[in-house]
Amino acid sequence: MSGAGLAGSEELLAEQDVQQGSGRQLLQRFLKHRLALTSLIVLLLLMIVCFGADWVAPYPQGQQDLLLGPTPPSAEHLLGTDELGRDFLSEILYAGRISLAIGLFVALLSTLVGTTLGALAGYLGGWVGELLMRITDLFLIVPAIALLAVIVQGLGPSPVTIVFALTALGWTYIARVVRAQVLSLREKDFIDAARGIGASNLRIIIAHLLPNLAGVLAVGMSLAVASAIIAESTLSFLGFGVQSPQTSWGSMLSQAAGYVGTPQVYLLYFPGLFILVTVLAVNFIGDGLRDALDPQGKHL
Amino acid sequence: MFTFIIRRVLYSIPVILVASFVLFWAVRSTFDPLAKLRQAQDPTAVAREIERLGLDRSILEQYFLWLRSFVTGDWGTSSRTGSPVLQLIGEALWPTIQLAFWGLLVAVIVAGLVSVYSAVRRYSLGDNLLTGAAYLGIAMPAFWFGLILIQTFAVWPKQQFGLAEPPLYFIGLHSPGQDGFDLDYIRHLVLPVAALMIALVATWSRFGRAAMLDAMSSDYVRTARAKGVPRRQIIWRHAVRNSLAPFVTVVALDAAVLIGGLVVTEQIFAIPGMGRLFLDSLVAGDVFVLLPWMIVVAIAVVICNLLADIGYALLDPRVRLR
Repeated sequence: MSGAGLAGSEELLAEQDVQQGSGRQLLQRFLKHRLALTSLIVLLLLMIVCFGADWVAPYPQGQQDLLLGPTPPSAEHLLGTDELGRDFLSEILYAGRISLAIGLFVALLSTLVGTTLGALAGYLGGWVGELLMRITDLFLIVPAIALLAVIVQGLGPSPVTIVFALTALGWTYIARVVRAQVLSLREKDFIDAARGIGASNLRIIIAHLLPNLAGVLAVGMSLAVASAIIAESTLSFLGFGVQSPQTSWGSMLSQAAGYVGTPQVYLLYFPGLFILVTVLAVNFIGDGLRDALDPQGKHL
Repeated sequence: MFTFIIRRVLYSIPVILVASFVLFWAVRSTFDPLAKLRQAQDPTAVAREIERLGLDRSILEQYFLWLRSFVTGDWGTSSRTGSPVLQLIGEALWPTIQLAFWGLLVAVIVAGLVSVYSAVRRYSLGDNLLTGAAYLGIAMPAFWFGLILIQTFAVWPKQQFGLAEPPLYFIGLHSPGQDGFDLDYIRHLVLPVAALMIALVATWSRFGRAAMLDAMSSDYVRTARAKGVPRRQIIWRHAVRNSLAPFVTVVALDAAVLIGGLVVTEQIFAIPGMGRLFLDSLVAGDVFVLLPWMIVVAIAVVICNLLADIGYALLDPRVRLR
């Protein structure tokens, strides 16, 4: 490339600024999406009350009142009490810490792993990319919940192994999306330009590709949070999840399954509602991000 | 068509082989197949089993040893029940196939009808309500929905109206001593099928709606409309037909999700199928059942993916088979 070409390359590199500018637009469009904004507020509130349960919860964790026993929701106990007289709202808030933490950690870790492998596979291409895609194919053959249960049971159930197992399965989706995105970005002129002025592969990936992936990653992460929370609750229900004395919304539901047909059936509804609201909020945030990225609404 | 199928079948074999090796390696490295024997403190039996399974050799040798007996139909015995694994899986398959069949059938019909309705009446009250329902269906754990169904449609009416029997059953597929396709069977099926299909209907109907809308805004539909083809005919003959191919693909590709749902559903409704077999074996650490179970399921999923490809080709004549 001649000197004129280099000058041209710098102009092309300025494309990046356009992308940055659209980042601000993205934020504006997201904030206009009323459902997504409400969901974001709901999710933040949930996180505050759960992670701040030590200050927010009306009763300490696991405080029993055996004389009281199970009572339906009342002014004293907003969501009632369980068979040991524990305040159910407090129990749900404390359990939410583990459910939410698992969801967030799994999303972070699988995004990290998925982005690294997906970006490498897309950028390097060739047999590396091919191998990676064949590996992600393998994960689609066996039902995820069965693989998860085997991994968690094999390693011994604990929140850490659950996060590990969910990440081991969860990265594949993000890797696929990132790889597809990188494959199309790699052909763009500003990448050629960066290569033209002698940027290293690592620099191109970190400084030029990753900023352009922010949108897809945000959507992918919100999906990952939602599916991790549901998967954790299902694992706990089947008996391979969070074990007592630790509790999650899933393990509370697993306990409450025994209350079907008893007057304490309200214990079954509340933890599930918390899961439902959290996952709905996360999904709406994902939708808002997607709409902000794709204002033409091609996704329908 | 024939060579296409043969080619795809042949391509599936290495996929299953690699998957089986990965599963074998994963199970061997996390579970001790002799845990139960070691507890019994019988060193000669332990030594015999180590010899038989080749546990003192490399993982690759162990795998080929296992693969040879698996392929020749020698699936060994369960360490949990002591009965032959082939027999256990054979018995567990039938209830699961029934449940999967009814669940799939009802889910496809419901999702299909919802898709057509939502696309034709886009943004109507009905469409918006169905969209909301789909969001709820995706966002709730399926087992929670199943438990609420039991409470609402079986336990509550029985208690409320003092019935001798709940209107819908929630244990097994038949009442004791009953058999065959009758009212009793249907009363057992309604709740598990509903619990199984909720998440599938939610995702498939969203996808079907998008596929329908895509077809409705295409050139051939505009042409048909311009020619004065009746609306009903445009919808069913032009739009539905053309959105069938992607819809069928999505349904078939969700086979693994369906089987995952079966595991949960069978657990809630005490149906003695593959899902229950899996959970019981996993709790007991019975690798002799776990491994063949996962291979059988993987083969079923690969066959579904194969059917998806064939179905796509049959439904969309533009796809040329090679």
